[in-house]
Amino acid sequence: MEHTAPVNPWVALAYLVAGVCFILALRGLSSPATAQRGNRLGMIGMALAVGTTLFAHHLASPFEIGVAMAIGAAIGIVTARRIAMTDMPQLVAAFHSLVGMAAVLVAAAAYLNPGAFGILGDDGQILTVSRIEMGLGIAIGAITFSGSVIAFLKLNGNMSGKPIMLPGRHVINIAVLAAILGLVGYFTQDQSAWVFWTITALSFVIGFLLIVPIGGADMPVVVSMLNSYSGWAAAAMGFTLHNSAMIITGALVGSSGAILSYIMCKAMNRSFISVIAGGFGGDSAAAGGEAKEQRPWKRGSADDAAFLLGQAEQVIIVPGYGMAVSQAQHALREMGDKLKEHGVRVKYAIHPVAGRMPGHMNVLLAEANVPYDDVFELEDINSEFSQTDIAFVIGANDVTNPAAKTDKTSPIYGMPVLDVEKAKTVLFIKRSMGGVGYAGVDNDVFYMDNTMMLLGDAKKMVEEIVKSLD
Amino acid sequence: MDFISILSIFVMACFVGYYVVWSVTPALHTPLMAVTNAISSVIIVGALIASAAEGSVWSKWLGLLAVVLASVNIFGGFAVTQRMLAMYKKKERPVAK
Repeated sequence: MEHTAPVNPWVALAYLVAGVCFILALRGLSSPATAQRGNRLGMIGMALAVGTTLFAHHLASPFEIGVAMAIGAAIGIVTARRIAMTDMPQLVAAFHSLVGMAAVLVAAAAYLNPGAFGILGDDGQILTVSRIEMGLGIAIGAITFSGSVIAFLKLNGNMSGKPIMLPGRHVINIAVLAAILGLVGYFTQDQSAWVFWTITALSFVIGFLLIVPIGGADMPVVVSMLNSYSGWAAAAMGFTLHNSAMIITGALVGSSGAILSYIMCKAMNRSFISVIAGGFGGDSAAAGGEAKEQRPWKRGSADDAAFLLGQAEQVIIVPGYGMAVSQAQHALREMGDKLKEHGVRVKYAIHPVAGRMPGHMNVLLAEANVPYDDVFELEDINSEFSQTDIAFVIGANDVTNPAAKTDKTSPIYGMPVLDVEKAKTVLFIKRSMGGVGYAGVDNDVFYMDNTMMLLGDAKKMVEEIVKSLD
Repeated sequence: MDFISILSIFVMACFVGYYVVWSVTPALHTPLMAVTNAISSVIIVGALIASAAEGSVWSKWLGLLAVVLASVNIFGGFAVTQRMLAMYKKKERPVAK
């Protein structure tokens, strides 16, 4: 039986340096100017961690390991090259599921061969502390995996974005969670196989149950939350392996995901608990159809819009998920360029929850070559709408709804919104007048005197406006 | 390392994470998720130990599978982050394109 070898101090130091590289990688993201350097440091850190591990352990199967890494690298790089920027949320969810599964596999391998991980006690049993870490690691990993798979299916459209409600789900969820915790506790007393595998199976089930009832609009929170879980899973395995690089990284990723979830919840004025409880956006038919009489609204054509835009001094563009769906970002940038040629000031206003993941809109605009200093966050630009000639809303709805400020009965009351209605004119691109936003609320902006509705596919509409601007 | 020193590293790292992540500009939140995804695949360290060890065939193959999954994430995560970050550009002076 193999005992924990005395740790080579150089090896421990190398892992620590890897951890520091990861911290610097995130630090670099404080500005687009330093972000790429940060990302390279992250790669160096990873290479260091992998290299150190390979160096420090006697490799019984170097060939197989090489093949495994090559397969993974090929799949990863090809996917990263081919993925469309609009599909980033799905990709991130898919990647989370891989981290979760990897954590499950590592925890299972450690359970089956504890000697190799140096976690055997003198009595030939797995150390008690290690059992807790291992139990938590496999539980969090499994939840991350099955939860991310569901999030992926919802984001990718393989599964309805509408919340799916099971009867009595709160009771079931709490019971399953309690059972998992109870079994992890029991695992410290009895390291039988059935305990370990039951924890695993229940955790897969709870991950599935937790995400299924959550609707499409809450996906930014879900994706961030799963991001956080994947970090905690890595940290738990780091405890098992006594590896500082894994612990530092796990803590970084865990807190990063948690902070993003918090920011997203705040931007929707919802509590984390209510998002997790799920069901938001489920009864849109009931909430939206509050028997309001048909209110009059104005419809405009692309030519009308082009004329108004050409006359304006300042235009603020408000993109939303609809822009991503119709891939309108390139056409939009072209329109922005044309307007600038006409001497119009063009700015972009981004709501934190526009799109399906944090920062989704920023990436799409960057892809379309919109300079990042033209793009503003909600709190930086909101005061400017009152001095703006045209607010150009494309594929966004709930984030512009003034009911969030005035109507206490509205489900989105209290959510910070962009004050588009204060602009002299609002141009609102929307597929049809029938649909309401994800929150299922009607938007008063549609019916204002200074609003012109541009009905149609966002990309086609913008392309027509570009043509008319010539 | 004993449990308390590991725990200390963990707690300190949580605080570092808290302050570092709040300083990330909201415009880069998507790359942040992609890169945290890539670095959390440092779990590959555990997968390598499992697949390098002798003693259990099952453990070895589970480890190798985990190496594949984590590698997808590492290479894919860093590559897609790099691709995104390369798109963020400052305002160019007019005329250029």
